[in-house]
Amino acid sequence: MKKTAFIAMVAALLLAANAWSAKTTLLHKPAPDFTLKSLEGPNIKLSELRGDVVLINFWASWCGPCRQEMPLLEELNTKYAPMGFTMLGVNVEQDSTAAKSMLAELGISFPILFDDQNSVSESYDVIAMPTTIVVDRDGNVQYVHHGYKPGDEDKYQDAIRSAIRQ
Amino acid sequence: MNTRYLLPTMLTALLSAGVANAATLPEDRTDLLYHSYEGDGADINGPALVVRKSFGDKVSLSGKYYVDSVSSASIDVVTTASAYSEERIETSFGASYLYDATVFSLNVTNSDENDFLGRSYFFSVSQEMFGALTTLSLGYGRGDDTVSRNGDDVFEDEIDRQHYQLGLTQVLTKNWIASVDYEAITDEGFLNNPYRSVRYQDDSTRGYAYESELYPRTRTSNSLSLRTRYYLKHGAALSFDYRYFSDTWDIEAHTVGVGYVHKFRDNWTFEAGYRHYTQTQAEFYSDLFERPQAQNFLARDKELSSFSNHMGRVGVTYAFSKKILPFVERGTVNLYFNRLRFDYENFSDLRVGAPVGEEPLFGFDANVIQFYVSVWY
Amino acid sequence: MRTSLILILLAMLGTSGCASVKIEPWVKPYERANLADPIMSFERDPLAASYLQHVFESREGARGAVGGSHGGCGCN
Repeated sequence: MKKTAFIAMVAALLLAANAWSAKTTLLHKPAPDFTLKSLEGPNIKLSELRGDVVLINFWASWCGPCRQEMPLLEELNTKYAPMGFTMLGVNVEQDSTAAKSMLAELGISFPILFDDQNSVSESYDVIAMPTTIVVDRDGNVQYVHHGYKPGDEDKYQDAIRSAIRQ
Repeated sequence: MNTRYLLPTMLTALLSAGVANAATLPEDRTDLLYHSYEGDGADINGPALVVRKSFGDKVSLSGKYYVDSVSSASIDVVTTASAYSEERIETSFGASYLYDATVFSLNVTNSDENDFLGRSYFFSVSQEMFGALTTLSLGYGRGDDTVSRNGDDVFEDEIDRQHYQLGLTQVLTKNWIASVDYEAITDEGFLNNPYRSVRYQDDSTRGYAYESELYPRTRTSNSLSLRTRYYLKHGAALSFDYRYFSDTWDIEAHTVGVGYVHKFRDNWTFEAGYRHYTQTQAEFYSDLFERPQAQNFLARDKELSSFSNHMGRVGVTYAFSKKILPFVERGTVNLYFNRLRFDYENFSDLRVGAPVGEEPLFGFDANVIQFYVSVWY
Repeated sequence: MRTSLILILLAMLGTSGCASVKIEPWVKPYERANLADPIMSFERDPLAASYLQHVFESREGARGAVGGSHGGCGCN
């Protein structure tokens, strides 16, 4: 009897879980435009970068995998910046104190933007932290990746390369 | 209980849910703990070590070594036996495997004492769903214990134990998380404490005599708990925990806990908490039976009596991020002090001379200290 | 008892499984700064917590449902 109850509860929960569905993807659609203030001071507008391949990485200082991939993103930036590539790190925190000290510690040189109202995170449907987006020269979303596991940087590199080659 | 279909059902169900969101393996860390318990004439202390390390991005392994060095002259020992010292060593090995948004874990534990041998395994599956707002976990465990009695070469018996767990953790708001856990445990076998006795009234000058305890050979218990954490501003959080327990021996228990954690500057975390526990007695418990073999089952184990306890807890954590060793990223040094007060409602203190049945009730204080260092790499 | 369970199950199926309701996560992954703080975890230090449970279990009649390894904040 107890077992029946146990299985029933589990089954019910799983049925409920199946009802969950993610939003339609941004893939191959125009990247939502945004203007955000940067760490250096001036605002950065995505549409003004048209003609460049842009990688947008949504991150937070409290997110372990984000911290882990940051230096690898820096490497990718150094490697591809001369080929018409821009890396943008979008910090999603309301309070950016911890983020700033982390950036100083890691020595990140690519532009960091602050989405403290989370409006950009919302329009890019950030369903996991970190989320990585590659936008092609025409301003269309070419690649979307949620989360980070060691080795994922190779996938980012492939996406950047193919966007540059186009 | 037939469990043959339970695990396959659980697994199929979980895998078919397939609502991907990246779940994570436990963090790579090592903890070295020194623990000490002092109370009711007993001194129990020792070291404990847990090492956890992931291999690749799918597998995490852990090993645990735990020692209890016991020297006891507790009330049970003083009134019916002689003081003793012994050592309990527990070792366990665990493996976790990450598949999509699901973490599978298996843990195998060995517990070794001179009069007790415990072997158990535990399997669990946990899955994130609803945009990682909800985590569902299921667990099944089994234990096989061998019980013997020091000074008795003939006696040996077994206990077979099974655990069923169901847990649900839910993010409620940006600042509030709650978890509901259910666990059923069934035991079969020799469930007595092999050294304890019951007392019954007789005509001796003392007024009572002792005979062996006798427990039922089966026990099933159900526990349901609610735990919640609430984030206050400026690095402070409140916790509230409640657990309801009942079993087929008629024990009913409530556990309530509240806590407060506060971060100070960058490196310090202070914690304070209070916990209250209360239970009713097992139906076959009595402080003093009227005659020998008064009923089918007999117990005078104070853990089966009606009692309550209170615990106060304070602790401090110092976090460091210096690389003390080349591979260490950060770490903490922690010191916790817990003070417990037990008050028994129908367990008499027989160390005090008094007419039979009029002895004062037993109670004691205990101090529990935990000092540990944790490192992450 | 058994019948009522099946009824509950059917009811849950009706409200969730078959309906094409889209449930939006009301706390987005990028809004978990506070939840990710270690002071919000149910078990900050699993070894220390399991030791304390062992202290309670050997002196109290109750047991079980003390939580375990499962996370839950989704702060990956």
